[in-house]
Amino acid sequence: MQRFWFLTFDGLAAGAVYAAFALALVLIWRAARVVNFAQGAMAVATAYVGYAVASATGSYWLGLAAAVLSGLALGALVERVLMRFAGAGGPLNQVIVALGLVLVIQAVLGMIFGNGYRPAPAPFDTDALTIGGVAALSPYDIWVLGAALTVVALLAVLFTRTPVGLRMRAAAFAPEVSRLLGVSVGRMLTLGWALAAGVGALAGMLVVPTGLGLHSHAMDLVFVVAFTAAVVGGLDSPVGAVVGGLLVGLILSYVTGYLGPDTTPLAVLVLLLAVLLARPGGLFSAARARHV
Amino acid sequence: MRPTTRRVLAATAGLALLAALPACADDEKQAAENVPGVSDTEVVIGTHQPLTGPAAPGYSKISAATKAYFEHVNSKGGVHGRKIVYKVMDDGYNPANTENVVRKLVLDDKVFALLGGLGTPTHTNVLEFVKTQRVPDLFVASGSRNWNQPEKYPTTFGWQPDYTVEGKILAGYVKREFPGAKVCHFGQNDDFGRDSLAGVEQVLGPVAAKQTYTTTNQQVGPAIGALRAAGCQVVISATIPGFTALAMGQAAGQGFRAQWVVSNVGADYTTLAAQLGDKKVILEGMVADNYLPMVGDTANPWIQEFTKIHQRYNAGNPVDGNAIYGYSMAYTFVQAMLAAGPEPTREKLVEAVRKGGFRGPGLTPFRYAEGVHAGYAGVRLTRVSNGAQAYFGPTYTTDDGDGAVTEFSEPPTTPPADAVPTA
Amino acid sequence: MTATPTETTPAAPSPLRRLLPGAPPGGGPRGSTLLRHLAVAVLAGTLVVLVTNQLAPYQNLQVARVCAFLCVTAGHTVLVGLNGQLSLGHGALMATGAYTVALTQRGLDERAVGGWWTLPASLLAAVAVTALGGLVVGLAAARLRGPYLAGVTLAVATLVPAVTTIFTGVFNGEQGLRFPAATPPAALGAYFQPERWLAWIALAAALLTMLLLANLVRSRFGRSLRAVRDDEVAARLAGIPVAGTQVLAFVVSAGCAGLGGGVYAVLTATVAPGKFPLDLSLFLLMAIVIGGLGSLAGAVWGALLLVALQDLPGLLTEHLSLSAGLAQRLEGNLALAVFGLILIVVMLAAPGGLQGGLRAVGARLRGAVRRRPAPGGRSPDR
Repeated sequence: MQRFWFLTFDGLAAGAVYAAFALALVLIWRAARVVNFAQGAMAVATAYVGYAVASATGSYWLGLAAAVLSGLALGALVERVLMRFAGAGGPLNQVIVALGLVLVIQAVLGMIFGNGYRPAPAPFDTDALTIGGVAALSPYDIWVLGAALTVVALLAVLFTRTPVGLRMRAAAFAPEVSRLLGVSVGRMLTLGWALAAGVGALAGMLVVPTGLGLHSHAMDLVFVVAFTAAVVGGLDSPVGAVVGGLLVGLILSYVTGYLGPDTTPLAVLVLLLAVLLARPGGLFSAARARHV
Repeated sequence: MRPTTRRVLAATAGLALLAALPACADDEKQAAENVPGVSDTEVVIGTHQPLTGPAAPGYSKISAATKAYFEHVNSKGGVHGRKIVYKVMDDGYNPANTENVVRKLVLDDKVFALLGGLGTPTHTNVLEFVKTQRVPDLFVASGSRNWNQPEKYPTTFGWQPDYTVEGKILAGYVKREFPGAKVCHFGQNDDFGRDSLAGVEQVLGPVAAKQTYTTTNQQVGPAIGALRAAGCQVVISATIPGFTALAMGQAAGQGFRAQWVVSNVGADYTTLAAQLGDKKVILEGMVADNYLPMVGDTANPWIQEFTKIHQRYNAGNPVDGNAIYGYSMAYTFVQAMLAAGPEPTREKLVEAVRKGGFRGPGLTPFRYAEGVHAGYAGVRLTRVSNGAQAYFGPTYTTDDGDGAVTEFSEPPTTPPADAVPTA
Repeated sequence: MTATPTETTPAAPSPLRRLLPGAPPGGGPRGSTLLRHLAVAVLAGTLVVLVTNQLAPYQNLQVARVCAFLCVTAGHTVLVGLNGQLSLGHGALMATGAYTVALTQRGLDERAVGGWWTLPASLLAAVAVTALGGLVVGLAAARLRGPYLAGVTLAVATLVPAVTTIFTGVFNGEQGLRFPAATPPAALGAYFQPERWLAWIALAAALLTMLLLANLVRSRFGRSLRAVRDDEVAARLAGIPVAGTQVLAFVVSAGCAGLGGGVYAVLTATVAPGKFPLDLSLFLLMAIVIGGLGSLAGAVWGALLLVALQDLPGLLTEHLSLSAGLAQRLEGNLALAVFGLILIVVMLAAPGGLQGGLRAVGARLRGAVRRRPAPGGRSPDR
């Protein structure tokens, strides 16, 4: 039983990280109906900025702010310079441009910073607090979980309570109608990309200290797992991203703990099939018809 | 459409006749050529390395050092008057790319030999090709026992002590220093982990608990938790540097205090400390092994010579275990080339390595002999204390079978002038 | 990637138009289409054989790799481009074919069964087994759309190392399997270049794949594929079994990937899980989109691109001489950056991929010819 609780806490800690990153994917899907395959590489790039600022100023929080700001800027830039023009050839073209962007970003990071791992210090203690002899969450895990939940709450407010949030949703779901109603669809798209990349940058800063360290491929594995989490939760739902992230984290932890580390890809596939065959739009998909 | 079709058919028939003519006259003369890769002024050799991708951290520094050493040797006149040209091909640690670049090196660039191809899964898949092409395949940069199969792969040679040798010597240390302790094993789920565990269990018997990780899954918490729950007091770890840091960090985070005894492959203090940053204090007391001069040991004449070369030709990189590895391996290659004589052929080079007898920066001799293509015969233990990794205790040698672990008492050699071997 | 990726080929006629029986594009009876494709295949094959006779071993291997990849990209582009089903898991399907060939060849070798037919038999087994795998994936895929299908197939793509490690006894873990190499028959002479023989094997597989697919996409089934892609509801109204068509498309595409994977394995006589990483699946998708989605000619561009990607690092290192410090930073990374930039530029400049771009240029030229029938001998050179 101790083992079970241990694995549960371990899974929650990992899941919080996946949730944060899945959120960024959900955001961009809601804003632009595209899965941003470059999200991981963009987040790594902004994390480099964040840690450069953090080590220059000595303040993690300044670094975090710098990362998020550079994320906002990078997202807007990518939309304005690339995605806006790639969209014309169909949604797959945007995916390919994103994949190209991954190669460019990773290569450029490698050229500037070298291929080595760089230390990524965490702002809070990473030693787990012990509950009844079980190593449970560390203060850092709690911060990650708290940050992810806070972002969800803020997004909920943004999308349901503010005019700009409503316009963004409208622009994504019905661009033609929105345009007729005077919404600047293009500006809303830019804003959506910026926002998503900002959240992605935050997620990157949260993820990097839990892994091998900062290097250009630091988010490769996380991207795959977070994409799974977002799909399981339903790409339209920020709440789904958090639930999906935690669920995937827990399952990976149980499977790794009880069956061994090799079996996790199989477990991920089984989870995906189980969820999607029952609910083809993910756990938190809106109850609307699949076919028009 | 019809006339077009007919025209196409006619053209096709004509071309088919042409193709049927034998046009492969140049194949025969290829067989009787000079020694590939060797001219009066140059010896061209090649390698495959993970310069990019997930295995690049750390390992991409090895070939940089090897290249720097050859530049140094070339500036001193080369080997038997020939300059060494070292072609480094990036394979991104993907076996498909490895197969491709090795074929390019051998078939297209016509290299004389391969030197220091890096990685077990990558290099395993070119063994057959290398054998059929009869290319000397020297000093594969991995501790797998695969390279020591002279009857199957007569031109392939290992260089570093294999994982079983390491496992036996590390386990011997644990047996002496921690009698009766609960000893566990944490390893990569491939040959690296398995060969290490085999060596460990040969000395210690079955371990109390064993856990594995896979490089595509960074969630090592469950494995470390299991070792903690099993009450392990000593963990022998066959891990690459990234996962050594990750595992020891997890252990510290879980309040799991055990003596970590780490394979040389994943125990370079400079690399680990750079990755851990402020958390590097958890490395204090870590025991590992090595067989080359120690990076921090500024009094060591080899380190002094290599540092000089480093500053001249490789200053962009840190002087770490990977760099020393690259220099030392290049040194052995120059020794082998000298032994192959002034008119080297592939056969002569293979024969020269098989004869062995090289001594250089390494603490022990090589095991090369008729029927043995294995590299360094042993290792010496190291410990991290006060932020520095240093040797302690005697040097041990053994083999990858069930041979005994014995102390090796010959003193280390000193480098020749400029650290360039002479015939 | 939206819920229904529809706009894959520019200016597709309305879905209902495509459902009408209509005249086949060739204009003549169906037999002539087949004949025409056959002639083109023989022509292309003969040309390549002529070329391989002049090539050095490594260049022949490059030709062989292009052909192996062509089997995969051709099947992949039919699935993604003509049927609108996104698959990020074709690397894993290639692996299925590769491992089938390796296991079959090893099994035959152990039983000392030999003969010219063993390799075709192994490749046929690879097609069959992979098609079966495609059936399983396809059954799940028929229920899923857009990113959800992408998610499942992405999970499939990451499966190879897991399966080979779990069943180490069969697949020999991360080290993979080696099997007897395909050697040229003695009739070709003792000095016949082995790499040329490999190129011929791969060429035969690629031509067969292209021939079958070219006829398939012109057939009634081809029209069903497009109808389902363009509008599922309309297709269903027209009596096309939507799910069945989608599953069958997956099976065909998987069969091609299995053949390509099998040939890919034969080229080096090895298989290993590391040869089929997630990147491969993503690169396959890139290749068909850059080549021109839904077009078999585009698949050829894609296959060329995949091989160029593998060879680019070597080319760049060879022709650039840089200071040691700079070379350190650029080595490997520069090639990736260049390739990434090419991807982006092509996508922005030619949204229909290379083939789409060529077609547009061709159409413009032809338009120029037609507008000026050149009575005064003016050539259409502007």
